Amino acid sequence: MARTITIAADKPRHRGLSRVPLGLISPLVLLLAWEAAARTGAINTAFFPAPTTILTTAVTQAQTAMFWNDLAISLKRIGIGLAMGGIPGVLVGLAMGLFRPIRDAFNPLIAALFPIPKIALLPLLLLIFGMGETSKYVTIAINVFFLMSINTFAGVLATPRIYFEVARNLRASRLKTYVSVALPGALPGIFTGLRICLGTALILLVAVEFSTADSGIGYRIWWAWTVFWVDTMYVGFLVIALLGYAFSTLVDALERWTIPWHKGQS
Amino acid sequence: MDVAAKIAVEGVAKVFGDPVRGFRAIDGVDLSVRQGEFLCIVGPSGCGKSTLIRMMAGLETPTAGAIRMRHDDPARPLTAMIFQQESVFPWLTVAQNAAYGLQASGTWRGAESRERVEYFLHKTGLYSFRDFRPGQLSGGMKQRLSIARAFATNPEILLMDEPFAALDEQNKLLMQQELASLWEEFRSTVVFITHGLDEAVLLGDRVVVMSSAPGRFIRNMEITLPRPRDSIALRRTAEVAAMTAELWETLRTEVEAARQQESQRLGATA
Ligand SMILES: Nc1ncnc2c1ncn2[C@@H]1O[C@H](COP(=O)(O)OP(=O)(O)OP(=O)(O)O)[C@@H](O)[C@H]1O
Ligand SMILES: [Mg+2]
Repeated sequence: MARTITIAADKPRHRGLSRVPLGLISPLVLLLAWEAAARTGAINTAFFPAPTTILTTAVTQAQTAMFWNDLAISLKRIGIGLAMGGIPGVLVGLAMGLFRPIRDAFNPLIAALFPIPKIALLPLLLLIFGMGETSKYVTIAINVFFLMSINTFAGVLATPRIYFEVARNLRASRLKTYVSVALPGALPGIFTGLRICLGTALILLVAVEFSTADSGIGYRIWWAWTVFWVDTMYVGFLVIALLGYAFSTLVDALERWTIPWHKGQS
Repeated sequence: MDVAAKIAVEGVAKVFGDPVRGFRAIDGVDLSVRQGEFLCIVGPSGCGKSTLIRMMAGLETPTAGAIRMRHDDPARPLTAMIFQQESVFPWLTVAQNAAYGLQASGTWRGAESRERVEYFLHKTGLYSFRDFRPGQLSGGMKQRLSIARAFATNPEILLMDEPFAALDEQNKLLMQQELASLWEEFRSTVVFITHGLDEAVLLGDRVVVMSSAPGRFIRNMEITLPRPRDSIALRRTAEVAAMTAELWETLRTEVEAARQQESQRLGATA
C-alpha cells in the first residue's frame, strides 16, 4: 500500500515567549521554595538566610564605599593578571604554532607545568614578591599565561594549511602572514582560552583573597565568616556569580564582534 | 636551458615520505613552458599533477631535479595559484579576499589596484556580494572569488589546478569563455590542470598528457585553433572532437593503469 510522507513547513515559533520562561522557571521555583523554607523555619536561617534578606543586605551594602572598593580592587587584580599573562601567552602561543624550534622547545615544558594547580605556587610567589598586590597579579597571570598559550597554539594548528599556502604562494612577508593568516586563524582558539581564563581567574582570585588579602570580594566573604555575618557572605556569592555571568556575556559579545565569520556558538 | 622558456622543469622527481621506500608521485619530469603560453596538463587522478604545480607555486620542493622560472617584472608577482580546494579566507569579506593577493604580494598600488579588484569582481559576477563573507557564498561563488583574487594580482604566471572543477556546468562554460577572453587580453603564461579534455583543447595552446604515477609526460599536442576562440561554438566542431578523442585514446590506458595501482596500494596497506 502506498503511503504519503509529508514534510511539513516549520511552525512559526514565538521564541521570545516560549524559550525565556522555561529558563527562568527552575531558578524561580528554587528561590520561592528557599524563601518559603526560610520563613517557615524548615531550614536554619543562620546558614541559609531567605533570598529577600540577602537582597536587602545587598541593597544596603551597595550604598557603602567598602562594597565598591572591594569590587574595584578585585576587578583590578583580575584585569592586571589577565593582561600580564594573556599578552605573553598569546605571543608564545602564536610563536609555538608558527616556528618548529620554538614549539619543540616550549611544548614539553608547558605540558609538564600546566597540570600544576597554580594556587600551589602562591607560597613561593609570596616569598618572591611579598604580601603586596604583585603576588596576587602573578598568581592569576601564570594561570592565564598557560591557558592562553595552549589555546592560541591550538588555534594556529587548527588553521587549515591551505590558508598559509595562499600567503606563501604570493610570497607574502612573514609579518604579513602572521597578521593576515595566523592571527585570524587563531582567534577562535584565543577566545576559547579567554573564556576558560575568566572562569579560572575568578576561582584563583577568591583563593588568593581568602589567604593573603585585606580587601576584595574574596576577602569580604572570608571576613564575613570570621564575624559570622552570613548575609554579607551571601552577597559575596551573589557578586561572584554575577561577575562570572557578566564575563561570559562580555566575551560572547566581543567574540561576535571580532570574529563574525565564526559560527562556533549561536 | 631554453632561453625563451618561462618555466623549465628539468628532471624533476618528487618522493613523499622516505626517499627510498616512499611514494614516488612524479619521476624524471621534463617540461618547458614558453613565455605567454597557455599550457594544459591532463592525466589520470593521482598521477602527480597537483604535486607538480605546487612545486611551481613554491609550496613543495623537488626531491631531485630543478624548476627554473624567469621573473621579468618585479612589480608583478611571479605566480598566483588557484587551488583545487577551497582557499578563500573566511575572515575576510569578498572584496578583501579579492584584494588580498595584491596586498600580500606587496604589489598594491592604491587606486589602480582598487580598480583592478573591482574589475575582476565584476568579471566573476561577485561585485554585488562584495561585502559578504565566504560563509554566505555558494561553493561555486567561492571558487570564482579565488579566481578573482589570483587574476587581480596580475601575475607573470597563472597556476590553475582544476579551477572550474567545483563549478556548475553553466558557470563553468561562462568562466571558460571569460578565461579565454581575459587571457587573450593579458597574455600571461598559464599552467592549467584539468580533467576536461575538451576544456584543455578549447583553452590551451598546447596540451600535455601525464602518465599514471609516477607521473611523466607521455604526449604533447599543439593546439593550432585560431584565436580569439569562441569556446561554445568550437565545442561542436569536428576538429575539436577529433583532438579530444585522440587525447582520450592516450589517456585511457593510463587511467586503467592508475586504477590498478590504486587498488594495489590499498591492498598493500590493508
Ligand atoms: N603530502 C603528501 N604525502 C604523501 N603522499 C602524497 C602527498 N601529496 C600527494 N601525495 C600522493 O601523490 C600522488 C599524486 O598526488 P596529486 O595530488 O599530485 O595528484 P593529482 O594528479 O593532482 O590528482 P587529482 O587529479 O585527483 O587531483 C597521490 O597518489 C597522492 O596520494
Ligand atoms: Mg590534483
